Amino acid sequence: MAVNWTALTIFIALFVFITFLGFFAGRWRRGDLSQLHEWGLGGRRFGTVVSWFLIGGDLYTAYTFIAVPALLFGAGAVGFFAVPYTVMIYPLLYLVFPRLWSVSRKHGYVTSADFVRGRFGNRWLALVVSLTGIVATMPYIALQLVGMQVVIGAMGVETSGFLGDLPLIIAFVVLAAFTYSSGLRAPAMIAVVKDTLIYIVVFAIIVAVPLHLGGFGPVFAAIPKAKLLLAPPPGGSMGSFAAYGSLALGSACALFLYPHSITGILASSSGRVVRRNAALLPAYSLLLGLLALVGFMAVAIGVASMPEMAEGFKRYSNNFSVPALIIAMFPSWFVGVAFAAIAIGALVPAAIMSIATANTYTRNIYKEFLNPGCTDAQESQMAKIVSLVIKAGALVFIFFVPLQYALWLQLLGGVWMIQTVPSVILGLYTRFFNGWALVLGWVSGFGVGTWLVIQNNFAPVYPFSVFGTTVPCYIALATLLLNLVVTTVLSLVLNAVASDKHRDATVASDYV
Amino acid sequence: MDNDDDHKPVRPVLWARALLVLPFVAMLWVSSYNKVEPMVAGVPFFYWYQLLWILIAAGLIGIVYRVER
Repeated sequence: MAVNWTALTIFIALFVFITFLGFFAGRWRRGDLSQLHEWGLGGRRFGTVVSWFLIGGDLYTAYTFIAVPALLFGAGAVGFFAVPYTVMIYPLLYLVFPRLWSVSRKHGYVTSADFVRGRFGNRWLALVVSLTGIVATMPYIALQLVGMQVVIGAMGVETSGFLGDLPLIIAFVVLAAFTYSSGLRAPAMIAVVKDTLIYIVVFAIIVAVPLHLGGFGPVFAAIPKAKLLLAPPPGGSMGSFAAYGSLALGSACALFLYPHSITGILASSSGRVVRRNAALLPAYSLLLGLLALVGFMAVAIGVASMPEMAEGFKRYSNNFSVPALIIAMFPSWFVGVAFAAIAIGALVPAAIMSIATANTYTRNIYKEFLNPGCTDAQESQMAKIVSLVIKAGALVFIFFVPLQYALWLQLLGGVWMIQTVPSVILGLYTRFFNGWALVLGWVSGFGVGTWLVIQNNFAPVYPFSVFGTTVPCYIALATLLLNLVVTTVLSLVLNAVASDKHRDATVASDYV
Repeated sequence: MDNDDDHKPVRPVLWARALLVLPFVAMLWVSSYNKVEPMVAGVPFFYWYQLLWILIAAGLIGIVYRVER
């Protein structure tokens, strides 16, 4: 592929601009960055608008914007499960997470494991929650790099060999530097620019492509019948319907438990800001839903059979479908803007994810187990350093480990993350569960879930058999049920013989 | 948009919160929307119906927010 100089120039210019913004952000609503809640939560001061950009920019990552359309492009209707998934997350956000915000504000919790530590008085349970968050997030950060790699490659920049890795390394060094110096304020400020660009780009595509093709009719007419809808279930099976629904519900349950989501929520200035955003953030879902359809537009335009796109598809497979459509349809300068939006869209979540994992490592592992006497300044310093280590780890991962492993680990990450539903989400409502019962419930869900995913050759949906009916179900959701049963039964037993209810550091009025 | 009463506790209104069950029912009842007709502007039902639910769910959350203020 020849280098597209116009696109590349605009891309670099936008990148330089957000770099300055990232460093400048440290001075914005200035706080004492040697305090963990200032560096790692922006001082819990973000109002409705900034939180909207921050949480939106955090949840709807560059990888989402590449992978969801790519799934529709390749697999068809089933890829659309991202839409019911994002429909279901916001009622959960409205109902559950203002409670977490309020108890966290009251007791100075920075992570969900902090809350679990206070609520159940069991530091091993908190360790389990913290480690789950860290291992589930690491491959997610690595996948953000994939989105970046695809757009850099699509502009004709060589992406193999050491020179090819250089643009990614530079981008990540820049990211690491401004995250280190500005903390959560940097991605919050950059998110405003990034999402404005993303909204412009998506609406341009959504308008321009159907205009070019003569409406949405030809877009859907180009899709093979078998991919346009879910396959109707055969007799004796709940088939693709159960698979589709359980994927959406299971993903929705896990989403807000990821450390980066919790960080975005806790950085809000009040529980009401969280509630308001539950009604306002769906604007991003609409964007994602429309973008998903771009996968079909790429089919209709026929990008896969264009000779100039062959190399891109060979290298990046279906992840190349959106970039290919953008190149095929738009002038070079717009390609530069669009690709910059995607690349910056990778930086924002990557920054928040590294801050969030650094927060939980520092609070729940370093301070809890390794250096209990550390000062606030030492704590904040440790978090800054860990955020660097995590980003370096993600880079190493993407350069030396096959992409397939990152995808597998991300799938497993979802199965693992959902196992913290009883401790974190249910823990916000009831103290019925016993700390050790929660640990063992987590162990059962984690163990069986991991085993099933491997047995299933890393496909997320397993065909369970229930009373002679085949119920294909997302493994995460099924193993959450197992976890709940184990936790409940053991809690009944342990509450009778060795209740730990007196260890609750919170009171009912903390949850408003 | 953010004002002083942001920190006043929210009193849950149960009938309003019950509305938030609807998005789950609608989205998990997959067989109700796995069809092509009726199309709107060339978009099959499966796609526009689910997109529409993004707006309905947001509207429902907005209502609950108003009621509980």
